[in-house]
Formats: sequence, C-alpha cells, structure tokens
Amino acid sequence: MTLDMIIAWITAAVTFGTVIMFGCVGETLNEKAGGLNLGTPGVMMLGGIASLAGAFFYEKSVAVPNPILCVLISLISCLVATALAGLLYGFLTITLRANQNVTGLTLTMFGTGIANFFGGSLVKLSGGVGQISVAATSKAFKATMPILSTKLGIVSQLLFKYGWLTYVILALAFAMQYFFNKTRTGLNLRSVGENPATADAAGINVTLYKYMACTIGSAIAGLGGLYYVMDYVKGTWSNDSGIEALGWLAVALVIFTSWKPKNATWGAYLFGFCYWIYLYIPAGINSMLMKLFKVTRTTYMQNLYKMIPYIVTIIVLVLVSSRNKRDNQAPQSLGTSYFREER
Amino acid sequence: MANRQPILRIRKNEERSFLSKLLIKVIFIGIALLISALFINLVTKLDPLKVYASMFRGAFSTTRRTWITIRDTALLLSIAVGLTPAFKMKFWNTGAEGQILVGGLVTAAMMIYLGDKLPSGVILLLSFVGSAIAGAIWGFIPAYFKARYNTNETLFTLMMNYVGIQIVEFFVDVWDKKQSHSVGVINATNQAGWFPSIFGQQYLLNIIIVAVLTIAVYVYIKYSKHGYEVTVTGESENTARYTGINVPNVIIRTMLLSGAICGLAGFTEVAGISHTISVKTSGGRGFTAIIAAWLAKLNPIVMIIYSFLIVFLNKGAVQIASDFNLNEYASNIISAILLFCILASEFFTNYEVIFRHKEEH
Amino acid sequence: MDNNCAVQLKDITKTFGAVVANENVSFDIRKHEVLAILGENGSGKTTVMNMLAGIYYPDSGEIFVNGNLVSIKDPKDAYDLGIGMIHQHYKLIDVFSALENIVLGLKNTDGNDLESARKRVNEICSRYGFDIDPDMKVYDMTVSQKQTLEIIKVLYRGAEILILDEPTAVLTPQETSRLFNVLRNMRDDGKAIVIITHKLNEVMEISDRVTILRKGQYIGTVNTSETNPQQLTEMMVGEKITLDINRDFIEEKHLRLEVKNLTVKNIEGKKVVDDVTFNLYSGEVLGIAGISGSGQKELLEAIMGLQKPEPGSSVVYYSTAHGVHELVGLSTKEIISHGLHLAFVPEDRLGMGLVGNMGMTDNVLLKRYRKGKGPLLHRQQPMQTAIKIKDELDVKTPSLDYPVRKLSGGNVQKVLVGREINNKPTVLMTAYAVRGLDINTSYAIYNLLNEQKKRGVAVVYVGEDLDVLLALSDRILVLCNGKVNGILDGRTANKEEVGLLMTHLKEGE
Repeated sequence: MTLDMIIAWITAAVTFGTVIMFGCVGETLNEKAGGLNLGTPGVMMLGGIASLAGAFFYEKSVAVPNPILCVLISLISCLVATALAGLLYGFLTITLRANQNVTGLTLTMFGTGIANFFGGSLVKLSGGVGQISVAATSKAFKATMPILSTKLGIVSQLLFKYGWLTYVILALAFAMQYFFNKTRTGLNLRSVGENPATADAAGINVTLYKYMACTIGSAIAGLGGLYYVMDYVKGTWSNDSGIEALGWLAVALVIFTSWKPKNATWGAYLFGFCYWIYLYIPAGINSMLMKLFKVTRTTYMQNLYKMIPYIVTIIVLVLVSSRNKRDNQAPQSLGTSYFREER
Repeated sequence: MANRQPILRIRKNEERSFLSKLLIKVIFIGIALLISALFINLVTKLDPLKVYASMFRGAFSTTRRTWITIRDTALLLSIAVGLTPAFKMKFWNTGAEGQILVGGLVTAAMMIYLGDKLPSGVILLLSFVGSAIAGAIWGFIPAYFKARYNTNETLFTLMMNYVGIQIVEFFVDVWDKKQSHSVGVINATNQAGWFPSIFGQQYLLNIIIVAVLTIAVYVYIKYSKHGYEVTVTGESENTARYTGINVPNVIIRTMLLSGAICGLAGFTEVAGISHTISVKTSGGRGFTAIIAAWLAKLNPIVMIIYSFLIVFLNKGAVQIASDFNLNEYASNIISAILLFCILASEFFTNYEVIFRHKEEH
Repeated sequence: MDNNCAVQLKDITKTFGAVVANENVSFDIRKHEVLAILGENGSGKTTVMNMLAGIYYPDSGEIFVNGNLVSIKDPKDAYDLGIGMIHQHYKLIDVFSALENIVLGLKNTDGNDLESARKRVNEICSRYGFDIDPDMKVYDMTVSQKQTLEIIKVLYRGAEILILDEPTAVLTPQETSRLFNVLRNMRDDGKAIVIITHKLNEVMEISDRVTILRKGQYIGTVNTSETNPQQLTEMMVGEKITLDINRDFIEEKHLRLEVKNLTVKNIEGKKVVDDVTFNLYSGEVLGIAGISGSGQKELLEAIMGLQKPEPGSSVVYYSTAHGVHELVGLSTKEIISHGLHLAFVPEDRLGMGLVGNMGMTDNVLLKRYRKGKGPLLHRQQPMQTAIKIKDELDVKTPSLDYPVRKLSGGNVQKVLVGREINNKPTVLMTAYAVRGLDINTSYAIYNLLNEQKKRGVAVVYVGEDLDVLLALSDRILVLCNGKVNGILDGRTANKEEVGLLMTHLKEGE
C-alpha cells in the first residue's frame, strides 16, 4: 500500500468519522439524561435535508451567494429542524411518557420520510437526479485553515485539510466530557439519567433537564446530517438514506464509547477506517478470496467487504457487554420514563 | 397570591373502561388523519377530501387492488406476528429486515439452483424449510450473545440487518447474468418454486399461510407452556429463574422461533409475490411491523387491524404520489404521523390531566 | 400563632385514583421536639409527609410553615422552606461520591473543585458527630453510611425540619441508638424532627409527642410521657389486639436440611455466603438475623438452586416421602421436577415470587405449569387452587385474573405465601415475610408459619425486626459478613446479644 493510499484512507476515515461523531456526541447527551433516542438516524436525515433546502433556496435567490450567509442559513435551518424533532421526541417520551424505542423508531421513519420526500422534490426542482448541488455552501463548509492546511506537507495533508466542522465536533466532544465530569450542571444532568427520583428529590427540574438534553442533543446530532450533505457528499443529495445507515452506527458508537464523549474522538475514526476498508483490501487477499468464492469481479467481493464495519460493531458490542465495569455502564434509568407520583 | 396550585396536574388512571380507551384511540386516529390532510394540503394545495378519496381508490378501486391490499396486509402481519414472541420476552428484535432478507435469499437460491431439477412443489417445501432455518440463524446469533453476555440486542439485531443486506447484494451480483445489479424475475417461464394459484386466486396461499401463523402464535403465547415461559421471562427474569426456567434457553428458543417466522415472511415475499430478490425485498416492513406489533399490545388478532391500517395508508400514499406527482416517501410521513398520534393517545388512556379549579385557590 | 410551631397541616386530602391515602388530616410539628408519626402500613403516614417534601401535591387542604400559608409544588420548594426528608429508600446516586451526592441540585457557589462544600460537610460532621469519607462512592457504602449521608445532605441544605421515614428499619440496635443520639442532638439544637414509624418501642424511646394515623385518617396526638404502648396500639389499629406470638414447642424433630460448608461468591468474586454450616429440623422455626446484605438472600437462593455454590459446599435434603437428596448441583427446575417440597417466599415479592401483571390463577400456575401432558397449559387445577387460597386467606381481589401488582401489599403476600404452603412443603423458607405489611396481616402470617411448624414443616424465617425474631424463632442463626456468627436459643437470647453478633465477628474467626 502506498503512502498516498494510506493518506487517502485516513482522510476518508476522518470525514466519515466526523458524521457519526456528531451523531454520537448528540445522542450521548440525550442518553446521559436517560433518553434513548433511536430516532437519531432520522434526526440526522432531517438535519441533512434542512441544511440542503436552506442553502438551495438561498443560492437560487441570489446571483453571487455570500459564503457567510450560506453557512448561517444552512446551519440555522438545520438546528431549528433537528431541535424541533428533539422537542417532539421529548414531548412524546417525557411529557406523554411514550415508549422510547417505538417513539425513536417512528421518528426515524418520519425523518427519513420527510428528508427523502423533500429531497426528491428539490432534486426535481433542480432538473433531475444528480443535478442538485449547493456548491457555494459546500465550499464554505469545506473551507480549510490558511497556511496550516498547505504549508506543512504531510502534516497538512493528515491533520489540517478537513472542513472546519471536523474541528468543531472534536472540540465539542472534549467540551462535553468536561461538562459531564467537571460542572455542576453536568453532575445534575447525569443524576437525572441515573436516578430521576433522586434528582427530583434533590430539587433538580428533571423534566427541564431531560427536555434540554434531548433538544440540544438532537440539534448536535443533526449537524452530522449537515456535515454529510455539505462536506461528505460535497453539497449533493440522493434518496439513498445513506445518512440513516450512518446514524445507526452513531447510535452503536455511543455504547462503544461507554457514554464518554472523549472516546468518540477516536472511536468514530476507527469506525471510519472499518467503513472504507473495502477499498483497501490487499490485492493478494482479494484475489485469494475471489477464487475461494468463485467470483469474477472485485466489485462483487466488495459487497462482502462492506459488511466489515457492521461485524466490527457487533464484536465491539459483545466485548463491551462481556466485561462488566461499574463506571462503564449505561445510565441506570436509560430507556424508562419518570413519573413522580408513581407508586 | 403566591400559594397557587399548579395549573395542571397529572394523575395515573389505570381503570378506564374498554369503551373510553377505544374512544380515545379513535379520536387520536382522527387527529392523525387531520394532520396528514393538512400536510397534504400544504404541499399539494389540494382538497384533502379528494386526496383521501384518492387514497381509498389506491387500496380498493379494483378487485385486483383489493387483493393486493389484503396480500400486503398479510405480509406485514406475518412479520408483526413473528416479532411477537420476542417482544413478549422484552427482547427488542429490530432485525426483522435481515431475517426477512436471508429467508428470501434462501428461497431465491432454491428457485435458481433447483428450478429445472425438481418439481415446483418440492422446491416450495424446501424453500419453506430453508427460509425458516435461515431466519432462525439470524435470530439465534444475537440471542446467544444476549443470553450469554446480556449484549444489547437492539443494536446487534440492527447490525445483522446490514450484514444481511450485504450478503444479498453479493448474491444479486453473482446471480445477475447481465451485470445490471438485478436478478430479474426468477423462473419466469416455468414458474418453478412459485406459489400456485388456489381457486384461481393468485394470493390465496399467502393469506392462508399467514392466517395459520397468526393463529398458531396466538395460541402459542396464550395457551402453551413455552408461551407461558416467554411471558414470565419478559415480565421478570428473576421470577423466571425462581420458577426454574432456564432463561438463556428461553431467550435462544424464542428468537429461533421469531427469526424463523420472519424468515418465512421472506419466503412468502419471494416465492409468493415478487419472484425476485434484492435488498428491497424487506422494504422497511421489518420496522413497520415493530410498530404494528407494539400498537396492538402484542395481541396477534388486534395486529390484523393495525397491519391493515398501515398498509391502507401506504397504498393510499403511493396512489396520491402517482396521482399528484409526489414521491412515494409521502407514505412514510403519513404513517409516522399516525403513529405519533397513537403513541400520544396511550398517555390519555393511562393517565388523566386535572386542571386547577377556579373556585379553589 | 404559637412561635414554636414549625409546620401546621390543615384538612389535607390526597387520593390516588380510587384510593384515598389521606382524608382531612390536620396536625402540627413543633421546633425543639421529636414528633413520631405512628401508623400501620397503608395508614397514609408516608404520603402526608411526602406532601411536605414536595413529592406529592395535596388534592385539597392547607400547609403553613412558620405561620405562612405555603404551596410546596416540588422538592425544591420544600428545601427552600427548610424541610428535608430522608426517604425509606435512600435517594442517592450509586455511581457518585458522597460529596457529589450532597451538592446535587444546589447552585454552584464554589467553583468546580467542591472545596468549600467539603469544608462545610466537615463542619456538619464534627458538630453532630458523623463520620464519613466525602470521596467514597455510594455503591461502596453500608446501609448505615448511606443513611448518615442522607442526613448530612439535608443538613447541608439548611433543613430546620427533618423528616425520617422508617429510619431504623435496616439498622442494628447499636446503630439505632447512635442515630437516636444524633436526633436528640439536633432537637436540642432547635430543629423539628419527625420520624415515621410503626415500631412502638422506638416511639416510646425517642419521641416527645406522637401523632397517630389510621387508614388515611388523623386519629389523635398524645404526649409520649402520658401514654403507653397498649394505648398507642389501640389508636393505631382501632381495636384491642394482643401483641403476643404463640410459640409452641414441638417434641418430635427430624433432620430436614443439613447445610455444610456452603460458600457462594458474587459476580465480583467476593464471598457473600462464607462457609455456612447448620442443620434445620422439622417442627421448628429457625430465625435468621443479620444486618441487611449479610448473605441472607444468597443463602436461601443457594439452597433453592438459584445461586451456584462453590465446590465443597453441600446441602442435603431429608424427607420422609422422597428420601435423601444432595441439592448442590441441582437446578431449580430439577428441584421442582423431582418433587422436592421446598417452598420459598422471596424478599422481592413482585419481582421474583410473583408476576405482577398476571392474575392469581396464572401466578399459582407459576410453580406447576410444567405439569400435565402436551405442550399446552392446564389452567383448571390452578384455578381451583387460586379460589381456595382466595377463600382461606381472605385475599381481596376483584377477580382471579386481576393483575396482582394492583393488589395491596398484604394481599400480594397472601397470594405468594398461600401458593407456597399449598404445596405441602417439607421445608418453608421465607425472607422478610412481613415487610411492609400491617399489623393484622403480619400476625396472620406469623400464625400461618406457626401452623406450618406444628404440622412438622421446617420453617426458616429471615427477619429484620429483632423483637419478632426473638418471639417467633425456636433458634436464631446470626449471619455476619456471610458467616455464621452464632446460633442462639430463641427462648433465652436477648436483643443486645443478637445485635452484637450481627456486627462483630467473634474472636478467632
């Protein structure tokens, strides 16, 4: 394998990892407050379509789009849409105490539906499949740091040539870790997820914390969708629910990181490596496997290589569950709703 | 005055009568239809009533359409019924998609490899058994780790879906002679391994199979010793251990069953409906069925109603999409709105809201 | 208004669905005194205090704190008014340290290092004589340490009115007297102390006044110095009852269980039952005493095949009808299917002994669903049994299919005990059989156990109330840290002796 290939692989892994890191950090915030949102993939789909729509209509309405407005408009549409989705999830599971699993799955169905429905319409508006592009906005999101991204040779190549959201989520992950462990609000939030009755008796507004966690968490996860649209697929759209598949990996990543956002900073990239591994299977092994499976084309084999990230996720799930460490467990009330007057 | 009661308070009420629960459900389904109508009106500027008429046409306008609606209801129902034993055990099997796919894959393989070698009836029998086994294996793997290490089954089964998808992708490429990434209709000429028509009805066998499965699962859960073990295990693992139930065995046994039934749904889809295999064979029904099963409170008979409602909405949405030039994802949105409303209705059947009375202070 | 009055309750009513928990309850709580709220389980004594703590909101009525009409909508309001409650089930976060639990929910006034909080905790500790490590995780604490932490927590929040719900239920006699000293200190400091209890001797020992509730109604308040246990009981139960447990001596005894070197480890590899050896005979009640978590649960579960004992352990079962069996190595299923008549009433009634969402019939079915031919269930016989249990033990349920979790605690226990003794057991093991039950049901259970003993059943009674253990048991086995720390004669042992054995391992062990 050549150096170029390794660099390409790392770059692809980081880009991929960034999508799911957003999803993972957002969902971790929600889960720390006791909400298991299986709607995260749908929320990310919503984030993707909202940012695309915002950028699309802005770019269409002006002759020369202003990069700063591009960024602001798509960011705000994304945040508003996904925060609303989080609010809806919160209203159903916190106030109406609906089953979190079913509500989450429904939210995924809803988000996927909305995204592909309007995605299809936008594609039609722009003249057919493959025609839609929000080039100006995408370019604004892919902007890299001056000097650092060009003058440092391989260091630039490896560390500094990603779109700026890559660094935002890294900072956010560490900030979230600090927030959980070192701040009073973080302590209160964790207590809500561990034991809401105790938090309640300690005078903490359980409902408010839960709502804040699922709304903000949802908005953070939604940015993963924005990043996917603007950076990962470079400002295009296709109705293939690609974001949804990544969304599920983001949910799995939460368990992998044992609810510690700092672990997401490397875990997400690791998932990225596994995801792209199918392009980097050594030729020798590939031809051996092709003979074994009596297959004539590499693309056929790649179907099987694409299983690797999911199988790795499964192995990780099993490994995490087989070692039982007290401080690595899920928040105790995860998945249950709280009613003060329950008896 | 500072000393006020909260404006509204919530109180648990588990004693509502069946009728008032039903009324609440009906009201919320009405609200769902209203919201959906608003949504449709917003994007199409059309009269919602006309749109609902169009939806009804989509499901029932011709005899054939009616049969297809019933056929698809049966298919969704069979998956929901398959999920039932697992959910009764509180095992969140989100892997029906994968179980359907591998079941369908085995069926397609039987049709392709044995199509010109064995009589159609034998192929059908082998497909039946093979798809059940394949689905059972897909259920067994996560169940084993759940039983052994308490591994999170929701995500495990979900990942198994993607593994299944990739395997199907692989075989589609291998079986596809024209490199178009599509298998096409298998055995189009001799119809080997296809469901036969019964009394001239192409889809009657599908319906019979599902009807038998539904009744069997109903009896299994409610009246059998195994079903009793499943229920006890789902309610409390400690109680199960207390009464001598081998919990790991029950988890594995139940998921073998659940996976097998979902595998059979793949068999029905491939041999009885589409006669082809692709990643679209499962078509998201594995997830939709979760919702049907859960809304029916895991009662297979009630599932018939919810499966029908969901399929009806789907057919309708597809019809709207083609009538008014929208895309088919409108059906996802409408289904989701319905489900959100039914989820919300659960609250009002279990709790009551008390407003502050004016005369009090 | 009396300056000494801390809280005044007026005509408080609270209902849960059809259940009236409190009806027009009025009384007051004063500074400089310990008030005992006395009542049976289900009398509404915890509910009324929960309304002061902001857990419940009253349907109607008024609450005055320091003379002002107040509305306590949530626990935060309660803290702001200086009311702190220590609940029976401690409200602590297991994975947090003591200090983190103390500051939980408070405004951040001292940065993130908790240094000033640490200082104030130390001050409180030295003032009232507490001893606690602020950095210890709650999951490493003993029950008594957790209680101390709870008290520090409410004091830290500046509580002037402390409410303690059944604070001695899980304490040893020695820990109880230490707690009482602390309570007296706080009273002398000017605080108002409320203890919710149903134990008469504690009321007599610690309180200045007693308020009695019965079935949600306020019965009256008396000065402790002017009353006696008999009068209090009458007020509490509403009728004259005798508080004696009959203890017959059965001459004829046969060996039923021979437990030898029984050792059980928990998941972390710690020995929770450590080399336990004892014999159990027919016609006796063997009481098992110990502070909670001393291995009682694991001991019984190991005998039932629910826990896997370490090699070298042995439990031999002797029965006239079924011969001799080694139980170690048998699964619960094998014990049941061999027809060995071991009955077990576990501590967690709805979480282990019964299925809460099932009715009586299906719960009776639990122990015998395997019986009968074919793959289908046979519900006819269990239904007959359920009817019999309902009639004989007077279980109050709307129907045999009514989910048992909706029944009152006493009725739930009757269903469980009824099912277990219906099988005509050789050995009957019970864990905390009367926890949370009212006096009448408790005595009904004691009578049932004594009846079984007279029939030649070997009865094991794991209990927490030493008075009951001493009155009921023929022999008392005391567990300490999973070890047998002595077996005493129930007729001659005294409370202090048992209490000491519960906490201090004998020399040379």
